[in-house]
Amino acid sequence: MTQTGPRRLRNSALDDDSQPQPQPQPSSSTTGMRLIVPLQGIVQGRGGLILGSVIPCAMFYFLQFYLKRRRSPPASNPPSPGNLTDLSRSASRSNLLLPRGRPHVSSRVSSIAKANDSPYYIGLDKATSDPYDRLCNPGGVVQLGLAENRLTLDLIENWITNNLNESILGGGLSVSGIVTYQPHDGMPELKLAMAGLMSQVVGKTVTFNPSQIVLTSGATPAIEILCFALADQGNTFLIPAPYYPGFDRDMKWRTGVELIPVHCRSSDNFTLSIPVLEQAFNQARKRGQKVKGILLSNPSNPVGNLMTRETLLSLLDFAREKNIHIISDEIFSGSTFGDEEFVSMAEIIDSEDADKDRVHIVYGLSKDLSLPGFRVGVIYSYNENVLTVARKMTRFSSVSAPTQRLVTSMLSDTTFIKSYTERNRERLRTMYDLFVDGLKELGIGCTKSSGGLYCWCDMSGLIRPYNEKGELDLWDKLLNVGKINITPGSSCHCIEPGWFRCCFTTLDENDIPVVMERIRLVVEACKSPA
Amino acid sequence: MAIDIVQKPSVGLSKIALSQTHGENSPYFAGWKAYDENPYHEKHNPSGVIQMGLAENQVSFDLLEEFLENNQEATSWGKNVSGFKENALFQDYHGLLAFRKAMASFMEQVRGGKAKFNPERVVLTAGATAANELLTFILANPGDALLVPTPYYPGFDRDLRWRTGVEIVPIHCESSNNFQITLEALESAYDHARSKNMKVRGVLITNPSNPLGATIQRKVLEQILDFVTRKNIHLISDEIYSGSVFHSDEFVSIAEILESRNYKDSERCHIVYSLSKDLGLPGFRVGTVYSYNDQVVTTARRMSSFTLISSQTQFLLASMLSNKEFTEKYIKINRERLRKRYETIVDGLKKAGIECLKGNAGLFCWMNLSPYLKEATRESELEIWKTIMEEVKLNISPGSSCRCSEAGWFRVCFANMSEETLEVALRRLHEFMDRRRNGQVLSME
Repeated sequence: MTQTGPRRLRNSALDDDSQPQPQPQPSSSTTGMRLIVPLQGIVQGRGGLILGSVIPCAMFYFLQFYLKRRRSPPASNPPSPGNLTDLSRSASRSNLLLPRGRPHVSSRVSSIAKANDSPYYIGLDKATSDPYDRLCNPGGVVQLGLAENRLTLDLIENWITNNLNESILGGGLSVSGIVTYQPHDGMPELKLAMAGLMSQVVGKTVTFNPSQIVLTSGATPAIEILCFALADQGNTFLIPAPYYPGFDRDMKWRTGVELIPVHCRSSDNFTLSIPVLEQAFNQARKRGQKVKGILLSNPSNPVGNLMTRETLLSLLDFAREKNIHIISDEIFSGSTFGDEEFVSMAEIIDSEDADKDRVHIVYGLSKDLSLPGFRVGVIYSYNENVLTVARKMTRFSSVSAPTQRLVTSMLSDTTFIKSYTERNRERLRTMYDLFVDGLKELGIGCTKSSGGLYCWCDMSGLIRPYNEKGELDLWDKLLNVGKINITPGSSCHCIEPGWFRCCFTTLDENDIPVVMERIRLVVEACKSPA
Repeated sequence: MAIDIVQKPSVGLSKIALSQTHGENSPYFAGWKAYDENPYHEKHNPSGVIQMGLAENQVSFDLLEEFLENNQEATSWGKNVSGFKENALFQDYHGLLAFRKAMASFMEQVRGGKAKFNPERVVLTAGATAANELLTFILANPGDALLVPTPYYPGFDRDLRWRTGVEIVPIHCESSNNFQITLEALESAYDHARSKNMKVRGVLITNPSNPLGATIQRKVLEQILDFVTRKNIHLISDEIYSGSVFHSDEFVSIAEILESRNYKDSERCHIVYSLSKDLGLPGFRVGTVYSYNDQVVTTARRMSSFTLISSQTQFLLASMLSNKEFTEKYIKINRERLRKRYETIVDGLKKAGIECLKGNAGLFCWMNLSPYLKEATRESELEIWKTIMEEVKLNISPGSSCRCSEAGWFRVCFANMSEETLEVALRRLHEFMDRRRNGQVLSME
């Protein structure tokens, strides 16, 4: 079964594992206490508490000191705290007797390598390892936690069959022209075609300039590259919350950048309030944190809101006033289905003469064109310096040449792209309506959203207690009893408990009753007196 | 009365953005610009600059095309409806299992079956450039040091340092022993790093070496492995040219040595590989980190999200690389052709009075122009380099870009052009050396 979504490494496949698994460990002083207390009890009969604790303590600390001196080589590499944590499964005395530890790894590693404890990832793993299939595995876990669009892949497949003879190489068998080194930031033909797609997708209100496009292997590196270019380690970005859980990883892991959530509330339908943004900025300043920019998602993930023209203008004013950047992640801009019109940051900038230097847009083919596997992302910037740096950084994240060729063909077929975008919107709308209506019948409301591949559901009435723990309990029930993976708001840094993101684009219409039935069972169980 | 013009503060960029560590202002890249502006073409621009600074393998391209023509099922998702869909949606950072298996088996074949590779330890990245950077992020913190033998691939200054903040401390190698890595040089580099208060995290070797075009001998590898074990640091072995060794028995991979030691202390070893050189597919962006350390494998896998290989490409190459008949034939013929090219260029240079380091691998030779330097300095070396670029119209890479401690050495690539073009280049160089001998070249007096 093909996997979709991140999975934990299965260590059973690795042989000869004499190496302890990295886990957060009790410190040696805790173990020390475990020794001292019984000793204290033994000695307590003679000499009392003071002698009973001082003597064993002193002995223990001398032992530690002696062993540490013996262990570390006289010269160069003092084991750093991070190293010790990695070394020990349990800080037992036997560990102190090891002549040498494993070679040091960077301080990033222990948080990255540890087992995924976030519900977002645990749920994804579970759904991937036991995926629901109406025919082959009807008892499996339904994946509603991955924003993947399966509704219109058949249209793309047909296009490939009709135009490329199913050839992976993009029509024709020749690899000539694509094997050699290409410009890291993408082939000019693809940039041109991409500019056309982006324009089509935002409703033709903007013309995108191919020379302002930098192509990357997915939107994930696009965001990371912008962070490297705009901010130093320790600098921060303001980010409206709830936000996509992946940002915590994508923006922070290697860049050392911090994120400050700007909380949005259900009373505002989770739209961004400028006064709250201002407050967050000021608080950051008071704490001595340097804010370098704002990261927006528009359409937003996980809520599905579209930013209004007024909000975008206010944001631009705000950024101007504070002299910071704006990164507008518009990866779902082609996946809108409501009555509201989508306004791209590009449209706002077009009508403004000054200050384009602070605006950068991220796009990609993973959502709107359902091609996440192909790794095609875009940085679109108005800042020539940023473009220059980004181009250089794409050497670490380039789009594969055969993919560039195939995608260029497809995007250049503007008739197809136009009809595809329209059909996609229709199918999204249909599925959204069905799903939201189904939830409504269960007494679960959703925010009114107009974009994205998901809906933002209010299950706060079903959680007990009304806090994160209650929310996670419900999440757990839905996953393990209801066999449905949805994303709890706490993974998205939502400040109000009880909200969940449900992606409905991996389903087809026949699956909806099944899903609703499973949710109903869990809902009933929640409502019945404990 | 003067009117003050108020400058609006322009919005700032990061230190990384403003730094010069990307290195693209060095001579290595200046030569590329000269080539871009006036590229040689057999018919349309026979007097243009011949690019001999790009290590790209174009000698076996016909074999790839032949495979694709004869194996059409390999290049289509097929009539099977789910083939394309599942492939298009597949973004798992574990990578396609079929492709990982194919990579592991290809790496075994390239080493003549002398080492085994486990697909579970193969982490996929979009090119070796990303693999080297990824490992650096994992093994070191900003300010830490990696020891790298000189001369080394100019791109390392950027790939290992730019975004990671890690330092490179050179392990100086000298022509007196054919630039082999010695224990003294290792110790000296280590001590130098420590004297600057840098924590040394590992040694990074390229085997076969770029730019030397020579494999590292077994006993030297053993010595390096013992050294890193003693110091409790890592060893990264960039084996990107392992399939480009002219005689298969002359290459020893660190994997072989680890196997012979029963993988004792192997958790400090990591291999970087790619299909860009051996298979001539740099445009496809296919690289791998192969680590013997579980924690590094897990971390690298997750971090590879920033540099995944297109699932389309993985699918295509999985079929190509698991076709053992094709890969065996390709590896064998590719080696042969590279060897012939190497002999052509070395003989041609000899006739022109130029010696090269005795090499046995890679897509380039390490040419010695030190007898012709005015002074044994970097400036003199750059003068010759400039002359060769402007008069002889050849772009070659000066040793100083490779941090070579001796002036006058140059890396000359021979596999990114046709045989005819190589002859043209050799002829030009020959004529240039003749002119110089006859005192007709003023700039070198």
